[in-house]
Amino acid sequence: MTKALPLLEFTDVHVHFPIRAGFFKKEVGRIRAVNGVSFTIRKGQAFGLVGESGCGKSTVARAALRLEEATSGSIRYAGEHISLFTGEERIKFRKRMQAVFQDPFSSLNPRMKAGQIIAEPIRVHGVKPAGEVRAEVDRLLELVGLPLRFANLYPHEMSGGQRQRIGIARALALGPELIVADEAVSALDVSIQAQIITLLEDLQRDLGLTYLFIGHDLSVVRHICDQVAVMYLGRIVEMAPSEELFANPTHPYTRALIDAVPNPDPAAEAGRHIEPLQGEVPSPANPPSGCVFHPRCPLATDRCRQEAPDLGPVAPEHSVACWNAG
Amino acid sequence: MSLLAVENLAIDVAVGEACHRLVHDASFSVEPGETLAIVGESGSGKSLSALAVMGLLSEGLSVGAGTIRYKGQDITHFDERARNQLRGSEIAMVFQEPMTSLNPVRTIGHQITEGMRLKLGLNRKQATARAIELLEEVGISDPAQRLRQYPHQLSGGMRQRVMIAIALSSKPSLILADEPTTALDVTIQAQILSLTARICRDHGVGLVLITHNLGIVARYAQKVAVMYGGRIVEAGTAAALYAAPMHHYTRGLLSSVPRLDTPRDLPLRPIAGAPPDPMQHVPGCRFHPRCAAATAACAQEVPKMEQRAGHEVACWNPVPADQTISEELA
Repeated sequence: MTKALPLLEFTDVHVHFPIRAGFFKKEVGRIRAVNGVSFTIRKGQAFGLVGESGCGKSTVARAALRLEEATSGSIRYAGEHISLFTGEERIKFRKRMQAVFQDPFSSLNPRMKAGQIIAEPIRVHGVKPAGEVRAEVDRLLELVGLPLRFANLYPHEMSGGQRQRIGIARALALGPELIVADEAVSALDVSIQAQIITLLEDLQRDLGLTYLFIGHDLSVVRHICDQVAVMYLGRIVEMAPSEELFANPTHPYTRALIDAVPNPDPAAEAGRHIEPLQGEVPSPANPPSGCVFHPRCPLATDRCRQEAPDLGPVAPEHSVACWNAG
Repeated sequence: MSLLAVENLAIDVAVGEACHRLVHDASFSVEPGETLAIVGESGSGKSLSALAVMGLLSEGLSVGAGTIRYKGQDITHFDERARNQLRGSEIAMVFQEPMTSLNPVRTIGHQITEGMRLKLGLNRKQATARAIELLEEVGISDPAQRLRQYPHQLSGGMRQRVMIAIALSSKPSLILADEPTTALDVTIQAQILSLTARICRDHGVGLVLITHNLGIVARYAQKVAVMYGGRIVEAGTAAALYAAPMHHYTRGLLSSVPRLDTPRDLPLRPIAGAPPDPMQHVPGCRFHPRCAAATAACAQEVPKMEQRAGHEVACWNPVPADQTISEELA
């Protein structure tokens, strides 16, 4: 099987935020939100980033969208460094990558009708001549499974699921190749979440989209993504094809995450012995020495306390950052 | 005699002169040491039912019918004073967002000891000693130090532990927990729920767990009531209900959530449409507009809860009990 072209490549990307204090706003420390992250998303792939709050997954998304500048490392889109894009190129890049956010209520302008919300990027980027905008909006509404009359509704007149469909239609308006979905289904009711997941999957198949899908719900990420990276405190600790990662989780953190998810099956749950992971995620301003996971890790040794492990292969396409793995 | 027995509970909201019913005919019970989960989506009436038990329905909402019995005593129409007695010492509640239920300008210590001093008549020293024990029990390290801290100095998981400590401080027999871990990360969620389940089991406390997460129900609850559009549509032991759900809504929910224990490529089967607006009247079974098995009867008459094959279901055309969910998922 020949591999599709790499679309988005992160190479040793760091995103640090300075902590400033005092009258002269001197830098007194740094929050290492993303601390040396590398991965490749190939065209047509759905790449998932999972982790708990503060692990840096949203910062990765923002760096990919260039809403945050990387402190160091390189982010390439279709082979080109996104930090070098200026003017015209930057606008072109915007068209190729779009985002869908978690809370459709706060990411849609409450004073605009859905039709205007979807039409705005089309007008701003001049994708269609003025006379064809209306027809384009209708096409997009149909694509996301909404009746055309929704063009005349305001966000508050819609349910959460319908608003998220509008958010998706807006993201699709510029005909992007890659969609960054940051917790795009997390705020939805159970029965609605399945509808939006199915919509995202249909769109991917029909339009050949590539996804960077960020989530904290492992079962959702496993379902949507064919490649998954687990993040902890600014680093990727494990990365593998979805099937492989969930069948053979190797990093103790990945295992703990999977154990923490209860399955809707009382008989199986009754026989499951679970040791919840102790402690909480440390502050990224003051990360632990060595492997950042060692204070919570049941397998930690002296080496883990002193030296940080790199992400290394344990099986084809499966890499783990752990001294005691493999 | 059950610890808590709710029968045919109805909750009404006043709309001008008129009155609109939000929760109809809800019956459930909890025994000491047992966990009952009430599952449903937003607007299903699950939180309202818990608030009614607590006597905390907000202005304009009232219990329109039915009885709430606590240890055999009818508490439905208790006045505020009598309710307060119960709330402080017998029944406790843990809410979803600990940041909004804790007082930001009071120390953790003040908030834990307040109830004990008022309700249990402990002096400051006794209450502080007990608070330290409680914080230890809910897994907070360095409790004496924590007592002097304010809520904003704690993480979300720590704040929820404090809420549980406060709930336990009066040694209640019944705890109502409304989405206690929804705002928390998965590993913290597992910590908090395992802790709560263990404490309730050890002290024989009855727990009503309100959640939308079907996995949490399966792991922590012995009994389940599924709510939809203000009614309980299916109820029974977790084992019986999950093995062969008979209501099309329950079945739809179970086959629409992605799960880690089924093949990855198993397609989701979402339920079409959206849950009804609680303020809108839907004749007949409230699920019928979204139900694939709906018939003419479903749009006319509300089905009653009926005992079938080990659990109760309210449906005119229930799924046969011999059709297990695992067959459907395979």
